[in-house]
Amino acid sequence: MLRHLLRRAAGFAVTFLLISILVFCMMEIVPGDPASAMLGTSATPETLAALRAQMGLDAPAAIRYLRWLGGLMTGSMGLSYTYGVPVGGLILERLAVTLPLTGLAVLLAVGIALPLGVTAAARPGGVADGAATLYAQAGIAVPNFWIGLMLIMVVALGLGWLPAGGFPGWGEPAAALRALLLPALALAIPQSAVLTRVTRASVVEVMNEDFVRTARAKGASVSRALWRHAVPNALVPVITMLGLQISFLIGGAVLVENVFTLPGMGRLAWQALAQRDLIVIQNVVMVFATIVIAVNLGVDLLYTVVDPRLRRRA
Amino acid sequence: MTALAKLPGPVLRLRRGWRPGSAALLIGGILTACLVGIALTSLVWTPEDPARMRILQKLKGPLVSGLLGTDHLGRDVASMLMRGAFNSLTTAFAAVAVGAVLGTLAGVAAAAGSKFDAVLMRICDALFALPPILSAIMLGALLGPGALTAIVAIGVFMIPVFARVTRGAAMQIWAREYIMAARMAGKGTARITVEHVLPNIAGQIIVQVTIQLAMAILTEAGLSFLGLGLPPPAPTWGRMLAESQTYLLQAPHLALAPGLAIAVAVLGLNLLGDGLAARLDPRRRQAS
Amino acid sequence: MVLLTRSSRRHILASALLAALALPGLSGGAWAAPRTDLVVGMPVEPPGLDPTSAAPTVIGQVVWQNVFQGLTRIDRDGKVQPQLAKSWTISPDGLTYTFALQPGVKFHNGEAFNAETAKFALDAIRAPGSVNPQKALYAVIADVKAPDPQTLVLTLAKPSGNLLFWLGQPAAVMVEPKSRDGLKTNPVGTGPFRFASWRKGDRVELTRSPDYWDTARKVHLDRVTFRFIGDPQAAAAALRAGDVDAFPLLPAPELYAAFQKDKAFTAEPGLTEMKVVAGMNNAAKPFSDKRVRQALMMAVDRKLLIEGAYSGYGAAIGSHYTPNDPGYKDLTGVYPYDPKKAKALLAEAGYAKGLTFSFKSPQMAYATRTAEILQAMFSEIGVTMNIVPTEFPAKWVQEVMRDRSFDMTVIAHAEPMDIAIYSNDPYYFGYKNPAFNDVVAKAAAATDEATRLKLYGEAQEILAEDVPALFLFVLPKLSVWRAKLTGFWKNEPVPSNDLTEVRWTE
Repeated sequence: MLRHLLRRAAGFAVTFLLISILVFCMMEIVPGDPASAMLGTSATPETLAALRAQMGLDAPAAIRYLRWLGGLMTGSMGLSYTYGVPVGGLILERLAVTLPLTGLAVLLAVGIALPLGVTAAARPGGVADGAATLYAQAGIAVPNFWIGLMLIMVVALGLGWLPAGGFPGWGEPAAALRALLLPALALAIPQSAVLTRVTRASVVEVMNEDFVRTARAKGASVSRALWRHAVPNALVPVITMLGLQISFLIGGAVLVENVFTLPGMGRLAWQALAQRDLIVIQNVVMVFATIVIAVNLGVDLLYTVVDPRLRRRA
Repeated sequence: MTALAKLPGPVLRLRRGWRPGSAALLIGGILTACLVGIALTSLVWTPEDPARMRILQKLKGPLVSGLLGTDHLGRDVASMLMRGAFNSLTTAFAAVAVGAVLGTLAGVAAAAGSKFDAVLMRICDALFALPPILSAIMLGALLGPGALTAIVAIGVFMIPVFARVTRGAAMQIWAREYIMAARMAGKGTARITVEHVLPNIAGQIIVQVTIQLAMAILTEAGLSFLGLGLPPPAPTWGRMLAESQTYLLQAPHLALAPGLAIAVAVLGLNLLGDGLAARLDPRRRQAS
Repeated sequence: MVLLTRSSRRHILASALLAALALPGLSGGAWAAPRTDLVVGMPVEPPGLDPTSAAPTVIGQVVWQNVFQGLTRIDRDGKVQPQLAKSWTISPDGLTYTFALQPGVKFHNGEAFNAETAKFALDAIRAPGSVNPQKALYAVIADVKAPDPQTLVLTLAKPSGNLLFWLGQPAAVMVEPKSRDGLKTNPVGTGPFRFASWRKGDRVELTRSPDYWDTARKVHLDRVTFRFIGDPQAAAAALRAGDVDAFPLLPAPELYAAFQKDKAFTAEPGLTEMKVVAGMNNAAKPFSDKRVRQALMMAVDRKLLIEGAYSGYGAAIGSHYTPNDPGYKDLTGVYPYDPKKAKALLAEAGYAKGLTFSFKSPQMAYATRTAEILQAMFSEIGVTMNIVPTEFPAKWVQEVMRDRSFDMTVIAHAEPMDIAIYSNDPYYFGYKNPAFNDVVAKAAAATDEATRLKLYGEAQEILAEDVPALFLFVLPKLSVWRAKLTGFWKNEPVPSNDLTEVRWTE
């Protein structure tokens, strides 16, 4: 078990390093210069040189990479070129939007998918199953940003129930939650479609296994067999899927934040790229990648807790 | 944007007595055929030139001007949708081709030799950890928006998907007895891969291609929504949606039409993928 | 005591009664005093709040006149007014400017404003390591002296008729040494409002400065919030819901008409200084041939372009000058829309079979739409224009401004009275005309208003004839504010949101 963990941690470090090199190199060769982005159309070459020196862009690439990596190791992400403030602070401000958004989306997705998938699995081929199947196929096929547009059109602009975009900040928790509800739903619907499929399939599979049949033979009702025996055992593939989907969720958040103009990580990356605030982009990508890797690591650990068979194997 | 690589079991089974996935195969096949048909037709005929502007005729509703109305510059929405189908499909197809060819090569190579395997899987991990849209945005900044960017951005991140699928499938084949026999007969690794491994995993690759095509259409829509797809005047579904954003109440058809087009295209390909999986993928055949 | 008319008294009574009935927790007394807070919406968030170290006009639109002030200021009509310099004298040769400074002015951090700080601010702009985006405008200043705390003396290298105008720009605001390094995130000026907080990605908050020096101009607002809402639909919804009281530059022209009809809002389209011009690379073929440029100008139906790109708001221009600017001449008739003539002229220039070139289009909505419409209009005369989306500012500035590797592009030039950029060498147009350079140099040096405006008239005419760039239109200022608010600017002679005179009327 410990060896397993250590191996995973080492893999984590290597992946992290690989990504940092990849991102840094990409940002090195990306055309466009942060100094001219800031000074606009009237700046003279001397002014630009002065600003570049001020930003520390005159050092060689290798040195800048090591500086950045060294900073990361000691918990410092450096100073934003455009804002001149620590990048860590900027990212924390934005994570306070993106993490609750994706969290809410996961909750909604599971909240929709679990009952739907289980109900469908209770009677394969029944009406509920047909409806769930339809929902799953349709949900996977629609892009989340389009769902966002539709929700804005109907719920925000048409009915006026929820705001069409923007974020009031966590100073007003109720308003903040209201602002996150539609974007989270837009993110959640395609995810819930995937999860509905997985839930249904794995519950059907487990229902056919011997121990469930035994329970039923002992007189357990369908719903008891379902919720007490089948569902807990069917959770492993569902959790796996959630882990796999996390990078799609975060990627989707970039689009949905754009649709709802939420000041989250995705928009930060987008703005930083437009301004060529390279140091911000590098760090945003590292944070995203870390989240994805960490979630997958977490899912891995969760397996061993949820699934006794895997525990033995590990 | 969803990963369908590991979904167990076909879901659509309408009637007993059908072979598994028949309904999915039929509906998916029809939808996909329509999509391809419309895309190809748009090359020779559309109701209007999709780039033609009649600014004074802008924002007309469906049937008021043309079948689906006009956009904010007075272009015919139906014609743009048709040409958009072609643009969307070709981009998606090129991207999947990149991902499938390189990914399959990497996958079978990894399955055949173990040294390469570890390196490959590490790179796959790194690519997997980067959210695809974010990477595409960075690539867009690097290469400038356009067809190439979209194809590379989507294709590169499909390489690990195909690599993993083929590696897994190929490893199962390598463990079979007839491979041992072939080895005994003195056949080399490359020859076995070509003669035995590839033909046996072709079904799984085809299934994956179909599913990834659907994914690619979704991602392409996202990229052109963000302004990273084909430049104008080539209409793309994603850009049509992006442009519709300011007219949601005035001209809802501008947001509805491209969104539905994307949904139907993806639905068709997904169903086709499911149907094919039920027939071609040995794991799924056993499962169902 | 203000006299109330009968109807308004009845209105107040009824409202108080209603409030008392419906909302027992609230007092009807709120009606007695007008509101003193204001939420202003803006489509783009500034990347920092220091106008002396970065170019984007959105910076000035938050802080100029509100937080920061200059020696002079530009008023709502585009005229130069005294501000921190209460008066000035110019020597007869136009080379020495002596400013008498406003006494008793303090920065928001308590530091005094005097000739020494003014000298510091101006020297900072001109210093070798300065990153001021408009540094070139102030290069004409040769020396700054502070003989006593209330007197500032500028010596110029050559006469400059526009100096007082440039000193009123956002890039020349007065800053002081102690706060200067932190201005990007903590702006400290002498204005009526002081910086309170900035929640990045969402809002900037300002509060009234309790010891504001200019007692002659009463400030009515206590608290001002700038909210950044990029999505036009969300912007319109926020206005209607009352989350935002004013949107001085509504990002969506197509949503504007609804506000014009709505009695709860004031919506009068004005003009900005943003001149949308499609610059061409005059240094290379095919645009080195004047006839090609003129032909393309005649291929453009400006009215239709404005209709498509900006729902018909905005004003067509025939040169690099806006109707706001003093000395404006309407030159849209020099090369009016005439596709037949355009085609003939193109054939004369040797492009009878047509012409293909690329167009680097920034991603702003007005630019992409203009690009698409130009593409369609050019195709009518057999010209193929390939659009290459080019990120602004990062890539565009580099490729078009620095490397000048482009055929044609489009951008809105935001700086007021910047016709002289066509005499800059190097500049991205690659336009070289000694006669033009001569005229703008003379205009800049002329200290007599009438002579200067006449010369600027000539400069406009030369450009309209030479067409170094396709002169398209001026972006409108589509402002919307609650009908009960007054004091906003209708036009925008300087990119700004001066809130000094804004107040609620009830």
